[in-house]
Amino acid sequence: MTALSIEHLNKTYGNGLQALNDINLSVEQGDFFALLGPNGAGKSTTIGVITSLVTKTAGRVQVFDADLDDNTELAKSYIGLVPQEFNFNGFEQVKHILLTQAGYYGLSANEAEPRADALLKQLGLWDKRATPSRALSGGMKRRLMIARALVHNPKLLILDEPTAGVDIELRRSMWTFLRDINRRGTTIILTTHYLEEAENLCRNIAIIDKGRIVENTDMKSLLNRLDKETFVLDLQQPLTDSHLLDGIAHHQVDSTTIEIELNRSDSLNGLFSVLSERGIQVASMKNKVNRLEELFLKLVEPSEKH
Amino acid sequence: MSTSRHPQHWIAFKTIVTREIRRFMRIWAQTLLPPAITMTLYFIIFGGLIGSRIGDMEGFTYMQYIAPGVIMMAIINNAYANVASSFFSAKFQSHIEELMVAPVPNYLILAGYVAGGTARGLCIGLIVSVVALFFTDLTVQHYWITFTIVLLSAVLFALGGFINAVYASSFDEISIIPTFILTPLTYLGGVFYSINLLPEFWQNVSLLNPVLYMVNAFRYGLLGISDVSVFWAFGIIVLFIAVLTWYALHLLHKGTGLRN
Repeated sequence: MTALSIEHLNKTYGNGLQALNDINLSVEQGDFFALLGPNGAGKSTTIGVITSLVTKTAGRVQVFDADLDDNTELAKSYIGLVPQEFNFNGFEQVKHILLTQAGYYGLSANEAEPRADALLKQLGLWDKRATPSRALSGGMKRRLMIARALVHNPKLLILDEPTAGVDIELRRSMWTFLRDINRRGTTIILTTHYLEEAENLCRNIAIIDKGRIVENTDMKSLLNRLDKETFVLDLQQPLTDSHLLDGIAHHQVDSTTIEIELNRSDSLNGLFSVLSERGIQVASMKNKVNRLEELFLKLVEPSEKH
Repeated sequence: MSTSRHPQHWIAFKTIVTREIRRFMRIWAQTLLPPAITMTLYFIIFGGLIGSRIGDMEGFTYMQYIAPGVIMMAIINNAYANVASSFFSAKFQSHIEELMVAPVPNYLILAGYVAGGTARGLCIGLIVSVVALFFTDLTVQHYWITFTIVLLSAVLFALGGFINAVYASSFDEISIIPTFILTPLTYLGGVFYSINLLPEFWQNVSLLNPVLYMVNAFRYGLLGISDVSVFWAFGIIVLFIAVLTWYALHLLHKGTGLRN
């Protein structure tokens, strides 16, 4: 079954800015889907239209076959949204925020209480349940927004940059949590600036740029298209003679650091053999940027510098 | 396939009303206490100090005469202010999005906020009435008229507060209407005087003021006297409620001030 179907979606703002230009997208039930794009590409507008926060100019959106225009309430009931910005009442207590949201979705107190309690415990917010939300740390606020989005047990969870500004430890624990709820059947759509996050979590991907979908495929096929990768090598000894690297496409960063571009057809073993023969010992190696990032930069047009 | 969502709608409505009541109770020092103090001052200054020199008005002591108007003034001001500040704060802090993404129809959003504002209006009405009892005797001549007019007036001004909040883009803009329109209408709406004291021209001008009908209908409920027809008063209030309800729903449907 299709969890989300978008056909010919257009959005032009009052000032004439065309934010979305004939967007077509389909996300299958159970998928973990990444929607990527540079700032201002149209990701948040797309999510805004799906979640009824932005009025579309034209097009059709269906959520689990419920049309957003004709069957609005049913379509909305399937969706849970974790927005980019904190948007809860800072004066309300954490648990009240969850119970209020559950009430909006028509859950009785008997249904909402145990769900809210379970989510607060799962997301490490139980001790803060009676705290006004404004007193939470940034990471806790992010987790509260996830708990709020899940309190009515949505079939489709949409996360708009959920790990922005979150430390790496918390980010990884959130990844584990999201993988787990996806495994249990919740379809997830994720936008993120951390391409490593999308590569790690998502099975399918769409890249949006200047209001158009420029790529829509599965993650594996996309990564297979990467023909070159750049590696950063830290050398054990300073490189005194640059001729030692003749014949190898490289860029010397400093005396002990070099960047080497490798075709996908070339093997790393071959590279290390050559370096070893020439007496260059490698202390450590890493990708210059993550693989998805390399593709991403190729697919989206560079934006104008301000 | 379409299934009835009436039980869910009822829960959503109750949730909005409960949250609104919890909000004004939580900040009682800002919402419930000031009207009690202000109205006590009105009773002391206008009713006690100045009123004793004015003498009777329409067969009642001046204190008795102004009491219904002062109570009604507190009710309509607070019903208006509650919805205006609560809905605008929800916009300002963006937590109105919690409601907008949820399967809650527009009429329920409006009904929930208006019910919350009406609840505060009635609460304040009760507090100010108790305060008034310290200064004068209050008897109710027509119970149903008294209760109905209080309820309808609170609903009408809660609707006004909602529309103000929809259009407002800053906190200044939710105080402009109360300061420049609501307060003059209230003070010129027969709270402190009978329009029979005015020259004919100003009597006719006063008849254009909707607050005059609320104050006088409420005075009729308590004291049994009114400058205007109570039947007309109900008709005008119901008409205003119908027009403002339609307009508020129209704004919500368009997403004015809410959706891009």
